[in-house]
Amino acid sequence: MECQECHQRPATVHLTKVINGDKTEIHVCEQCAKEKGYGETSFSLNDLLSGLFNFDHATSISSGTAPTSTQPAKQVQCPKCGLTYQEFARIGKFGCAECYKTFDEKLNPIFRRVHSGNTQHNGKIPKRAGDNLHLRKEIEQKKHELHQLIDREEFEEAAKVRDQIRKLEKQLDDEQGGDV
Amino acid sequence: MSLQNFMNEAISPWMKEEGPDSDIVLSSRIRLARNFAQVTFPIIAKEEELKPILDFFNQEYAHQSFKDYRNLELVEMSRLKSIEKRVLVEKHLISPHLAEHSDHSAALISENEQISVMINEEDHLRIQLYYPGFQLEKALQRASELDDWLEEKINYAFDEKRGYLTACPTNVGTGMRASVMMHLPALAMTQQVNRMIPAINQLGLVVRGIYGEGSEALGNIFQISNQITLGKSEEDIVEDLQSVVRQLVDQERKARETLMQRSGIQLEDRVFRSYGVLKNSRIIESKEAAKCLSDVRLGIDLGFIKNVSQNILNELMILTQPGFLQQYAQETLTPDQRDVRRASLIRERLQLEKK
Ligand SMILES: [Zn+2]
Ligand SMILES: [Zn+2]
Repeated sequence: MECQECHQRPATVHLTKVINGDKTEIHVCEQCAKEKGYGETSFSLNDLLSGLFNFDHATSISSGTAPTSTQPAKQVQCPKCGLTYQEFARIGKFGCAECYKTFDEKLNPIFRRVHSGNTQHNGKIPKRAGDNLHLRKEIEQKKHELHQLIDREEFEEAAKVRDQIRKLEKQLDDEQGGDV
Repeated sequence: MSLQNFMNEAISPWMKEEGPDSDIVLSSRIRLARNFAQVTFPIIAKEEELKPILDFFNQEYAHQSFKDYRNLELVEMSRLKSIEKRVLVEKHLISPHLAEHSDHSAALISENEQISVMINEEDHLRIQLYYPGFQLEKALQRASELDDWLEEKINYAFDEKRGYLTACPTNVGTGMRASVMMHLPALAMTQQVNRMIPAINQLGLVVRGIYGEGSEALGNIFQISNQITLGKSEEDIVEDLQSVVRQLVDQERKARETLMQRSGIQLEDRVFRSYGVLKNSRIIESKEAAKCLSDVRLGIDLGFIKNVSQNILNELMILTQPGFLQQYAQETLTPDQRDVRRASLIRERLQLEKK
């Protein structure tokens, strides 16, 4: 496959770019990828952000000639690291953990596009996050299991799972009571 | 253990062990991105915020042991010459980003170089763990244990909804990038790789050549990794990657068989011509060297060449990169000088094999 930019070298960087839900496949050589700013990961994101927020993008382009008063008046800024949402959209990187909370309402569409529709974590939980979270996740899982068993009318098995859930819930209660 | 050990040998000790499917899968890697909960991420953090993290690692982890990995070495980037950093990049022990951002950055490296934890990279921590051959599950398990061990003393930035919080939105969630390095000469020769790549992309995986600047996948070595880190468990991500890699391994084997049946003598001719070039040339560019090394490695796998070790591809691909060549020469080399050096280094290395 040849590079779609220079049509000379073979394409070695292959990416799927998604802008406003439209998927475009990009096949370029390493050199053109560098020149066009198709970095390893940030390229798709930067494009994505400017695609998502055409408004921001347009103002930043016109700001060279137009007065800055066309900028939106209110800026969301992270209280911990000082990063504004505009800066985040421009560099495509968060400044600190707190940024995630600060920009929370705007993040779902971004995550959805970067992670194939996903917005919620579904993997490992650090031990330090407390047994509490582990417990709650386990209870959630057991409840799901319980519903399935009831649907399949496996009541004996369901009764066992129900007892397990009660035990876990009691454990959770005790822990929360003991928490400072 | 000293820095010198990391510099001297092109291939890491762990690479010398043979792994499953190592005729096609050269290595498996798991990388986990982690951050300290209370500290600003390195890209915008001030010096006085990053220094304590480095100090903390010096105090708590330098020369400590994790399982069989004894006496972990903390290599501080600010103490290295640029050529030394380049060598570590070529060995994939550190990223180019870490080499470029040397203030208060470091790598915690195990003696066999299987583990490398980068400190103050784009994230505070980038935990990397390698296994030879096709062993993603094992690598994941071990990387997760290493993560647990580090976590005993660190309060990670974690959110119930978003998972492990990272500087880049493309890493959030599991913070995990799983990848394999594959040698796919028969699929490349038969033009099949390029047709497969779009299909693999559709599955949320990224394919890229890892050697060479501005040209095709040198040495027919490809890296396949997951693109999505949020919404799927680590195990599911690894499983999905594994099933694609498994198919690629099967396809590559089939393509090799077909080539052998249809044009065995042409293939044998190609292998031995390349072998001849490597053994005899006095000037060789990295591109030609990579092509010949790929052919020779294929020749070893197919049994045409008997007395050369499989590692020759891995080893010489790394050894003939600019950083390593100059490290060996102990001086800066022009591209022309490098081509001469490269040729002589390859000849010497092949001489060693002839016993
Ligand atoms: Zn190009
Ligand atoms: Zn912030």
